Amino acid sequence: MKRFWMDSILPFMLLVAIGVFWEAAVSIWHIPSYILPSPSRIILVIGERWNLLVANSLVTLGEITAGFVVALIGGVALALAIHSSRIVERATLPLVIASQTIPVFAIAPLLILWFGYGMGSKVVMAAIIVFFPIVINTVDGLRAADPDTISLLKVLEATPRQIMLKVRIPQALPFVFSGLKIGVAVSVIGAVIGEWVGAREGLGYLMIHANAQLQVDLVFAAIFCLSVMGVTLYALIGLLERHVVHWRGA
Amino acid sequence: MLAAETVQVPLLEVEGLFKGLHKEDGTLEVLQDVFLEVGPGEIIGVVGPSGCGKSTLFNALAGLIPIDRGRIRLNGQEVPNIRGQVAYMQQKDLLLPWRTALDNAILGMEIQGLKKSRARKEAMEILKFFGLEGFQDRYPHELSGGMRQRVALMRTILCRKKILLLDEPFGALDAITRLMLQRWLLRVWMRFRPSILLITHDVDEALILTDRIYVMSLRPATIKRVVPVELERPRSATEKPLIDRKAELLRLLEEEIVETET
Ligand SMILES: Nc1ncnc2c1ncn2[C@@H]1O[C@H](COP(=O)(O)OP(=O)(O)OP(=O)(O)O)[C@@H](O)[C@H]1O
Ligand SMILES: [Mg+2]
Repeated sequence: MKRFWMDSILPFMLLVAIGVFWEAAVSIWHIPSYILPSPSRIILVIGERWNLLVANSLVTLGEITAGFVVALIGGVALALAIHSSRIVERATLPLVIASQTIPVFAIAPLLILWFGYGMGSKVVMAAIIVFFPIVINTVDGLRAADPDTISLLKVLEATPRQIMLKVRIPQALPFVFSGLKIGVAVSVIGAVIGEWVGAREGLGYLMIHANAQLQVDLVFAAIFCLSVMGVTLYALIGLLERHVVHWRGA
Repeated sequence: MLAAETVQVPLLEVEGLFKGLHKEDGTLEVLQDVFLEVGPGEIIGVVGPSGCGKSTLFNALAGLIPIDRGRIRLNGQEVPNIRGQVAYMQQKDLLLPWRTALDNAILGMEIQGLKKSRARKEAMEILKFFGLEGFQDRYPHELSGGMRQRVALMRTILCRKKILLLDEPFGALDAITRLMLQRWLLRVWMRFRPSILLITHDVDEALILTDRIYVMSLRPATIKRVVPVELERPRSATEKPLIDRKAELLRLLEEEIVETET
């Protein structure tokens, strides 16, 4: 109970305090809403433009989810390949790590050029960003198996395939999940930047559009939707993790 | 000769076994000219100072590490690779945390290719005997130390091998649990009649359980002495012949301590 209090009530109270201060600051100093809208105004806009926000949120959510799935499948597959072949490891692992120094946002215009204004380019963007933490974490996880457990399986005359299925993959699952958790935050950023650079819909597109028309309250409403989306995805992954990796920390 | 004492062909026979472990700063000679033999249904004890190479010996007997020199014979026949012929319970219980007690127990059978449902059924039949009835669906973190050890032992027994290597199976348990599990191990042995090689730090445990005790020296380890126990079971730690043998064993082990200090 005390943990719950510390973990959820305190941050919530801080958030409320910031909101109150913000509200007060805007009205005391008469800050115009095209510079900084007050929280109450943002809430009002969320209500008024609900349909618009939901429609665009769904687009962005779809991009993130698709990017996630692509990165998960590709990342786990590459990690398995890296784990089972030294040649693949030598060839790809340095490149995977080096690719991290490329600012993915800088290649966003190219992705738009190659994959179009639609969902495709944003999916790729999100996937590229999530790919790295998944590969690295999964490789770590596959290696994390306790050598004594491996030798137990060897005494039992297990084939490499059986060792993989019965020990290494279950052992790697918690690591895959921490990769996913790292990925979720950055994937939101990836999709939004993709939309900034070129799109016809989505929250990023909505932000650019609203900003140009000085509808700053709508920009904030879109940011709010993005945050909710990020937090929800993170929580969902946490829930899934607790279900799948049920043997841990119970 | 030792061989003259046993009438049958020994089930497992080790002769002139040498093993060095490779480290960054050269080779560490661990086993030097180790010998032992185990008859069918015998329980053999292995005692020796910490770090002398007992686990290394078992790793070699389980076929996990190659030996440098020496012969390992099964039923009088030299075997090039012993892996798969013995069941091995290592110092740690090595239960898989994502498997229930029952599914941990059937791991060996499953790997041998038995269908999971068949293996589970077979395991359920002896679950009670292992004192795990009602605990089959618990995960390792929900089990006590003694139970985990029994699950590990059940997994070892269910491999259906004639030879069991047990590396300090009760080492991490409290004294009372250990006593209970020792008695219970004897019951398991009477029921399944495997040959057992048992590493232990506990001289009483070796005397209560085994037919013969191999005392190892400090590294590089040799067999320093073979102490026959040969008393009727069940035994009590307080009976006179046992106390005599205990005195001898402790004296042999103390000599090794003196050598460390000088
Ligand atoms: N993989 C390894 N590589 C190199 N040296 C090792 C390795 N495993 C063990 N050793 C060393 O070999 C020696 C023998 O180890 P071993 O585990 O066989 O001893 P032990 O008699 O089982 O000890 P304990 O009673 O503590 O279990 C020790 O000095 C240990 O430090
Ligand atoms: Mg040991």
